[in-house]
Amino acid sequence: MAKRKSGKAKTIQVRALARVEGEGAFTIVLQDDRVADVKLEIYEPPRFYEAFMRGRQATEAPDITARICGICPVAYQMSAVRAIEKAYGIQVPEPIRSLRRLLYCGEWIESHVLHMYLLHAPDFFGYESAIAMAQASAELKAHVERGLRMKKIGNAIVEVVGGRAVHPINVRVGGFYRAPTKDELQALVDDLRWGRDAAIETARWVASLDFPDFTDDYEFACIRSDHHYAILEGDVVTNRGLRISEDEFLQYFREEQVPYSHALHSRRVLPESPGADDRFAGCYQVGPLARWNLNRDVAPDLVRQVEQDLPVSFPTTNPFHSIVARALEVLLAYHEAIRIIEDYEQPDPSWVPFEPRAGHGCAITEAPRGMLYHEYHTDDAGYLTKVTIIPPTSQNQLRIEKDLYMIAPRLIDLPQDQACWQAEFAIRNYDPCISCATHFLKLKIERLPTSAH
Amino acid sequence: MATKKPRIGVFKFASCDGCQLSLLDCEDELLAIADAVEIGYFLEATRKPLTGEFDIALVEGSISTPEQIEQIHDIRNRSRMLVTIGACATAGGIQALRNFADVREFLSAVYASPEYIDTLKTSTPIADHVRVDFELRGCPVSKHHLVELISATLAGRRPNIPRHSVCIDCKRLGLTCLPVAYGIPCLGPITQSGCGVICPSYHRGCYGCFGPAHRTNVQGLVRAYQSAGVPEETLDLLLHTFNAWAPGFRESTRSVPEELLSRSTGPGGSGER
Repeated sequence: MAKRKSGKAKTIQVRALARVEGEGAFTIVLQDDRVADVKLEIYEPPRFYEAFMRGRQATEAPDITARICGICPVAYQMSAVRAIEKAYGIQVPEPIRSLRRLLYCGEWIESHVLHMYLLHAPDFFGYESAIAMAQASAELKAHVERGLRMKKIGNAIVEVVGGRAVHPINVRVGGFYRAPTKDELQALVDDLRWGRDAAIETARWVASLDFPDFTDDYEFACIRSDHHYAILEGDVVTNRGLRISEDEFLQYFREEQVPYSHALHSRRVLPESPGADDRFAGCYQVGPLARWNLNRDVAPDLVRQVEQDLPVSFPTTNPFHSIVARALEVLLAYHEAIRIIEDYEQPDPSWVPFEPRAGHGCAITEAPRGMLYHEYHTDDAGYLTKVTIIPPTSQNQLRIEKDLYMIAPRLIDLPQDQACWQAEFAIRNYDPCISCATHFLKLKIERLPTSAH
Repeated sequence: MATKKPRIGVFKFASCDGCQLSLLDCEDELLAIADAVEIGYFLEATRKPLTGEFDIALVEGSISTPEQIEQIHDIRNRSRMLVTIGACATAGGIQALRNFADVREFLSAVYASPEYIDTLKTSTPIADHVRVDFELRGCPVSKHHLVELISATLAGRRPNIPRHSVCIDCKRLGLTCLPVAYGIPCLGPITQSGCGVICPSYHRGCYGCFGPAHRTNVQGLVRAYQSAGVPEETLDLLLHTFNAWAPGFRESTRSVPEELLSRSTGPGGSGER
């Protein structure tokens, strides 16, 4: 352990990060009332998906990669099928693409509502859980009950289109094993209309919360289409003028191992190399706040009108406003689901036949937490030879650390409990799904820095 | 009546979080469950730290690091009843595919600096490490099974979780048999019931999420499909997914090293131990 020359050193550490999906921990090291370091540790054990998938059939990728994350399995299935369809040269017709968008809307609703109501809202009210919040007052209980019903409707979409809510079974390369009938989908519409109204109430409710004052010069990144709010495909864009195709992603965004943290971070590849002292250079944010900031001009009128009347204005650079962006995306997902069902004609056949071939393909779709990149190489019999998966939480990690680094000075004089909670609160803006981040390394080395002066 | 609410803990090892999410997916029952029990530890839902003892420990995930071996013993010592939830905790999960391979090669395939990773060579079920009182199958578990397990335990009776095969449920629903009518390989005859026969309902062969059913003849089914012209390779992949390490499925692979086959017992076809 390094010798400390002077001043007080204080370490705020939370071993198990609650109310995130997966297992994480973070550490803030303070020296002389100055933030010396922050670390987001992931002790989610590695599961080696990219290794054990080699030698599997490419057609198995949607079912296997779904198991990376039980909260957003549809996202994994959608990035997988699109990447493999590119490798195999399969053109999927519009009715099947619409059905995929409907399925994805179900997951956005389920995942976003889970996060807003059960994971994030308790922070704003100072409760340890949504259950404690529901037990505290009739008014808060009514909110939680509304959230549970909204979430259930999202799950119902995934169940009807995908077969079940967690790890859907109906998705296959080329389309669906069986397309739902118009009647099966129509049966969802009354609930979806209720959900759309509930989503408007939700947006108004979360926009009225007290937001901590916080801002930075963020680089937001997401996929974009100029015609609709992109979920399944689009160009990769950022608010600093980048616009590239998904095929170019790895030329502009890179997973790197950084020696001082032993963790893989994604960062923008910058034109000139940053100063050695700027460990946050190239950090960026993905997810609902990035998407709403960058794509709200192509959102449906209803959602834009609701947004206009909120006390929070967009674009925003306060990460705590992410809960509002999430609510607006839930409204958008309900709205889109109703539209898709009303226009629905059952695709026949429900999937496009194909032959395996040697090739490679990559695809990015918008998981609830942000861009999810899959890339597959196949041999001529359809076996996978190389797999690359970059989940959204891996991309957000460096940005989360920078938020913690900036917020840390406010935590110094708080009691330990409060400091931990405030830091967790900031992390939860990103809805980090740590099970997804198969790349995260366990960080064991703890060095107290020497005083800088 | 009982004076004190039973205390429940939800714990996670190597997994995707989908099984504990199934508990939060019990939207109609969640607040009622929360009134009937004390949720003592559930990181996906609450900030409460780990303290004290538990009447029921629900354990998700497989054991894949040295630290997890210590943790599962600690949880066992704190818990009156320990229930594994899902294929990872019950059979080792899809990450148990490493058990058939060289984990050092896996490490260097995924990580640039493999020396920083602390991992075991195997991903194993909870029952390989501590006594397990009951297990729920599935990838993911059925939320109806979760509610039944909690209700039965609160009522002091045994959970009513059938152990027969998906095939029997499929016949009861009157669905057309996919292998017979269409030649689609289906694991329904050897897979435990519980999912609600979802795949055959969507014109897809069962792919074994609930693991081997009680007293099934896996080799018999494999031979029958082979003689019907299904390539051995197809069956090998089909049996080697989320329950690859479950006894019943794991012997049927061509690629298991002998020493691993004789190493551990793991959970059998029956739920209670």
